[in-house]
Amino acid sequence: MNLAFDLLLILALSWSAWRSLATPDLTRAVVMFIVFGLLMALAWARLGAPDIALAEAAIGAGLTGALLLDALGALQARRGEKKEDA
Amino acid sequence: MNGLLRSAVVIVGLSLAAAMVIALLQLPSAAVHLPALVAENLAQSGVEHPVTAVLLNFRGWDTLLEVAVLLLALLTLLTLGGGKAPAPAAAVDPLLQGLARRMLPLIVLTAGYLLWAGAHRPGGAFQAGAVLAAGAVFLQLAGLLPAWTAPRRWLRLGLVLGFLVFLAVAAALLGQGALLRYPPALAGGLILLIEAGLTLSLGLILAGLFLFLTGRDA
Repeated sequence: MNLAFDLLLILALSWSAWRSLATPDLTRAVVMFIVFGLLMALAWARLGAPDIALAEAAIGAGLTGALLLDALGALQARRGEKKEDA
Repeated sequence: MNGLLRSAVVIVGLSLAAAMVIALLQLPSAAVHLPALVAENLAQSGVEHPVTAVLLNFRGWDTLLEVAVLLLALLTLLTLGGGKAPAPAAAVDPLLQGLARRMLPLIVLTAGYLLWAGAHRPGGAFQAGAVLAAGAVFLQLAGLLPAWTAPRRWLRLGLVLGFLVFLAVAAALLGQGALLRYPPALAGGLILLIEAGLTLSLGLILAGLFLFLTGRDA
């Protein structure tokens, strides 16, 4: 049972990492990055490192994800301005 | 050409990864068994959780510098130029605002618990600070907290408080000959004092990284 869970976790981690790097849509990439962070926190918990799991969930997935979404919003706003100028 | 370049990059990356795996496998086993050392000295560290003991006692020096690096990152962000006057909060879903209002006490309570729990189980200042920061970001997204522009006196004090408390403790202990070597009787109290300051400051610093940026976009 545990082995099956770990294998699924490894698959999901690799898949979300690959999707967040390879997808051309930036919004989707950021969302996949957050998913990757949460799965990574789960992996740390499975490895018996709850301290790192807490930090990964709060900082890696939460705050970094919020920062990336914020940066994305700013980029899109800037692009919108340029289109209006042209 | 593009395909050729890409396959070259992949080949170089894979061979680097293979070389690192081989190097790792050839490493001699560590001469010092650190977990045993930590377990041996845990009694005089002032806390019961080995991770907190390493972070704030045995390797407190590293943590001090880590906090300094975070503070430096925020100062660099601030030197990029002050934000303009924050834009009036956009109309936000009242449901979200209600949720934020009800969640905030829980968030602060969780941060306090994580800070306290750090002494004997997973938790500690970094996690508690991150939870506080997440609360501030949540409030801002719900339109209840305006983005920050230039920090005023109290905010500045809050940002550096944790680092200053840590540094003051380190300096006060310097008289005993070594940096951050707590006397075992006082270690628990000093670590709690440092962690309380760090929680507040790390919360403000991490929230600042988000809230000052948002202020600049506005």
